[in-house]
Amino acid sequence: MLNVGKLNEGVVLDHIVAGKSMDLYHYLKLDKMDCCVAIIKNAHSNKMGKKDIIKVECPIDQLDLNVLGYIDHNITVNIIQDGEIVSKKVLSLPKKLINIIHCKNPRCITSIEQGIDHIFFLADEEKEIYRCQYCEEKYGKAKK
Amino acid sequence: MRHLMNPLDLSVEELDRLLDLANDIEKDPEKYAHSCAGKKLATLFYEPSTRTRLSFEAAMLNLGGSVLGFSSADSSSAAKGESVADTIRVISCYADICAMRHPKEGAPLIASMKSRIPVINAGDGGHQHPTQTLTDLLTIRSLKGRLGNFTIGLCGDLKFGRTVHSLIQALIRYPGVHFVLISPEELRLPDNIRDDVLRRNKQEFKEVVRLEDALPELDLLYMTRVQRERFFNEEDYVRMKDFYILDKEKLKLAGPDMMILHPLPRVNEISVEVDEDPRAAYFKQAQYGVYVRMALILTLLGLEGSVC
Repeated sequence: MLNVGKLNEGVVLDHIVAGKSMDLYHYLKLDKMDCCVAIIKNAHSNKMGKKDIIKVECPIDQLDLNVLGYIDHNITVNIIQDGEIVSKKVLSLPKKLINIIHCKNPRCITSIEQGIDHIFFLADEEKEIYRCQYCEEKYGKAKK
Repeated sequence: MRHLMNPLDLSVEELDRLLDLANDIEKDPEKYAHSCAGKKLATLFYEPSTRTRLSFEAAMLNLGGSVLGFSSADSSSAAKGESVADTIRVISCYADICAMRHPKEGAPLIASMKSRIPVINAGDGGHQHPTQTLTDLLTIRSLKGRLGNFTIGLCGDLKFGRTVHSLIQALIRYPGVHFVLISPEELRLPDNIRDDVLRRNKQEFKEVVRLEDALPELDLLYMTRVQRERFFNEEDYVRMKDFYILDKEKLKLAGPDMMILHPLPRVNEISVEVDEDPRAAYFKQAQYGVYVRMALILTLLGLEGSVC
């Protein structure tokens, strides 16, 4: 297995479903951040067989980790300070998603109105269903 | 500042007060003839409407106020590409309250988020039509004497029929309402209403295709038009448009007190011979629409208590 050095301050995202790390890279807008990022794909995992890992060296408050709860709440989020794991963040489905997913309903105002946020609210936590704030179109996680 | 996007924006208590006010206006309209003097209603109608727009305008004129606005997107700055958000910011400078109809779902919500005046959703695509719901509730309560403890059949285009969606959401808050959903397979109620509203609230309902099967058990029949403008495909519309036609013959299956409602405009789904039947309440419903919009305008402008 590849070894990537320890972080001093930042986040280690572990137990990412193999192959999904680049999706997370974009959801977390890491492409727009000027920080050190390591992406490990298809690492061995006793629990999952294969998994991805992302390590981000940056002040913790610069990342919006809430979105991870929508993408996969089974991801392990390790918060690193002074080279040590200081806490593990428990993920849950966020109540609201802003500009994470876009409404695909052609009858929705978001299909023509420029410059508005695409906002989805959690309509059914058990079934993991979100609905567009404007038209209430359903967006199940399976559609992602 | 209050807006009305969805019938559920009003609590049951607020709704009761609004309907009481509408009934008081019905009894003594003269008392309210000047209560909105000096106030202006903007009617922003991005798609054609006769009934709703004129009903709003009549309501404001009956209250002594004035109206301004447009009746199609072509005659507005939307044709030049102006956003809803910009339009409402400008209209907020010209009027005291606004009623907006838009073919895109959620447009009035965007407007309410940017507006400095109360915004009323006068229909947004196939989504919501709260003032029609208020009209329906006032009609039912006034003519049946109660909201609740009845069986209501909703017939026709239940998929795109926003009046049906809004009415179901409003009626589940009252006890003993049984729903019979009458539609062809292709126009069944969408899952956000069937699952998230009816099933989640453990509401009794059944779905049938034949109107004749449902008629004998109904206290109320709510007919709807199959709307051409909601179809992307003309062939689908033509196939569906005459699926249900209520005529005198079918009405023999219904009880003597069954009330027939329709949000109008009617096309073929209710035969004109039914109009003279004492059970036909759809033209009275249009009159109640004016009273309830008067009550709503007064309420959103905070003037409901100013009339003695």
